[in-house]
Amino acid sequence: MLQEIKIIKHNGKQFITDPTKAEVPAPFRGRTEISSLKVDENALVSCCPLNAISANPVRINLAKCNFCGECAFRFPEKITFTNDHKISTNKLENLIISEGEKKNIELDQTLIDPKIKTVFGKSLKLRQVSAGGDNSCEFELNACGNANFDMGRYGIEFVASPRYADGVVVTGPISENMAEALKTTWEAIPSPKLFILCGVDAISGGIFADSAALERSILKDVKIDLYIPGNPPHPLTIINGLLKLTR
Amino acid sequence: MVSENKKYCIIQNCKSIETDLIPVLNYADFSKEIIELLTLNENHCVTYFAFPQDDGLKFIAAIANDSTQNIFILSHFLPKNVEQELASLTPQINALHIFEREIHENFGVGFPGHPWLKPVRFAHNRADTNLKINDYPFYSIESNELHEVGVGPVHAGIIEPGHFRFICNGENVLHLEIQLGWQHRGVEQTLLDKQTLLQRNIVAESVAGDTTVGHSLAFAGIMESLAGIETATQLDIERSIALELERIAVHTADISALCTDVAYNLGASIFGILRTAIINQTQAWCGNRLGKGMIRTGGTHYPLTNQLKSQILQTLDKYEKQFVELAHLTYRLPSVENRFDDIGTVTEQQMRKIGAVGMVARMANIPRDVRKSHPSKAFVKHPYTPIVLPKGDVFSRFLLRRKEIKQSIFWIREVLKNEEFVHPSPKPVSDIALKPGRLAVSLVEGWRGEICHTAVTGKNGELVYYKIKDPSFHNWKALELSLRNLEISDFPINNKSYNLSYCGFDL
Repeated sequence: MLQEIKIIKHNGKQFITDPTKAEVPAPFRGRTEISSLKVDENALVSCCPLNAISANPVRINLAKCNFCGECAFRFPEKITFTNDHKISTNKLENLIISEGEKKNIELDQTLIDPKIKTVFGKSLKLRQVSAGGDNSCEFELNACGNANFDMGRYGIEFVASPRYADGVVVTGPISENMAEALKTTWEAIPSPKLFILCGVDAISGGIFADSAALERSILKDVKIDLYIPGNPPHPLTIINGLLKLTR
Repeated sequence: MVSENKKYCIIQNCKSIETDLIPVLNYADFSKEIIELLTLNENHCVTYFAFPQDDGLKFIAAIANDSTQNIFILSHFLPKNVEQELASLTPQINALHIFEREIHENFGVGFPGHPWLKPVRFAHNRADTNLKINDYPFYSIESNELHEVGVGPVHAGIIEPGHFRFICNGENVLHLEIQLGWQHRGVEQTLLDKQTLLQRNIVAESVAGDTTVGHSLAFAGIMESLAGIETATQLDIERSIALELERIAVHTADISALCTDVAYNLGASIFGILRTAIINQTQAWCGNRLGKGMIRTGGTHYPLTNQLKSQILQTLDKYEKQFVELAHLTYRLPSVENRFDDIGTVTEQQMRKIGAVGMVARMANIPRDVRKSHPSKAFVKHPYTPIVLPKGDVFSRFLLRRKEIKQSIFWIREVLKNEEFVHPSPKPVSDIALKPGRLAVSLVEGWRGEICHTAVTGKNGELVYYKIKDPSFHNWKALELSLRNLEISDFPINNKSYNLSYCGFDL
């Protein structure tokens, strides 16, 4: 027993006191900023491996971006990745960053059903479905619950059955082989319920967007409540997104 | 180089060979050579696949020798206009079962004599698309005393999908069959379809996100060898340090997960915290906690500097102090030991039969480790001594992680002590021309074990085939074998003790 207490003491305080104020140090790649500098826009557009950049005016779509940083390496004076990790939103347009824009990515609170805040504001239980995920987003979703990030302090937890879940968190580009299981899981969750896409693969298909092995039609039939960009998203991106959605 | 008997070619890790030089054997000779080679304990099959070429299928088998650094490449050609059937080699060499199943699923080639010719992953481009993932032919036993338990594809946690079918007598598991394929995203096809080097690199990073460094390193190795790029030893050292950090991080997380499953909360929390320290170090190096963006072809955006070097050393010192203190307590706790000891035991003979690689081989007395048998430049300059344990139970897999963490820390320290990083490694290359008509094999010892990437180029240097093999491709069978005659309630600790990859298998 004494040995255990010693170990706890030696490891010191490890939890992040306030995840809503915590910062992630550089070279972490978070929200992008695009300067007004003139560059060869064709070269800029074509350097992106995920076609996330468009020209005139230059825009980056974080729904497609996998944060590899290639554009910033090629055009360091044009593109910068800030360490701002609060990039979750409930509106796809908010993920499009335009030239010269330096504003935070927010949630559109008018899109959120008031019931969500009252029902899930103090307790939110989620079901996770990996549908072709590469186990990196899953890795970070797991990390949200560890002793460092301790998402459980907000009453947000992942549960073992859709029957007592308040929503689903989908990772991966949604493989054809998982499409039916995802649909069944979603239907098994009682209303009101949330549909959350976590990671670039889930949001847009990512690098697999053109693959014939995907079946993403479920996304046409549901209202997406939260997009959590990143490859994978940082745990703080996930936690802050969920907090802004539900409280 | 062609072998003395002119039956196969001999190459080394990350070296390429002209495809025209590989003797194309008739199937009788091909089988005979494979069986002869694989009957020796020091050889094992690293990959065996087929791909469409001209008017038929080209078969390539790569067999690695653990003591000479050699990889033997054998080939066979099956024209379209003959019967699409080849006698199965699985009855003689069990380890080939999964490769023959894969070829059967992808191209419809029959393997008469194969005892278990079932679908592997229900790939989107499989030969028989009428067969759906819900039609998997599970093994079953007719009996009034037995019952079946089906779990998945979606599991009770944040875990990738897979279906487990147990046949039980009361609490006792007689048989477990694991059905995978749910995660299939078309990785290999996407890699071929993408045209730029960076896009392909990103696909390779996504084979298995928990092994980002391992798989992207295998990719970089193969591209560099096919393009004839000679990289400096320093670059390989930097990459290998990232590889070992990945190993330390995931091993620590697995130890934490095993503690969770036996309700040892102190271990679960604090090993988890220690894992965070390592992946945050990776983030401080390359901006991503899992090392995405770290490995690029021909160079790196994130060279290891002397400043980073001292930071890594500090992180490891701090980590090691806390790790050793906690491990010293955890590994002697009767409540932990009692749950792991003698549970889920597999034998060396079984593991040799299934062709186990990596940790799963080493916990069952098989000294198989690419870092030693087929070392890259970094491991030639700074040799690594693999850890091997004899017993093959859950405790061995739990203990192997502790020992490998210690060994990796030791290796990184030795390297960092002896290397100066004054001149930063070069930037990555943005475009490369692959040499035409060649084949290359790249082996990397990821934290799970041997990763094998194989690429074939066509007449104009275009990529005609790219084959990925995650260590889990061999090793899932070990979990099935572990469960035999075990209580079903011991499944979670066994599953965690292997921590095999779903997405790396499903591709």
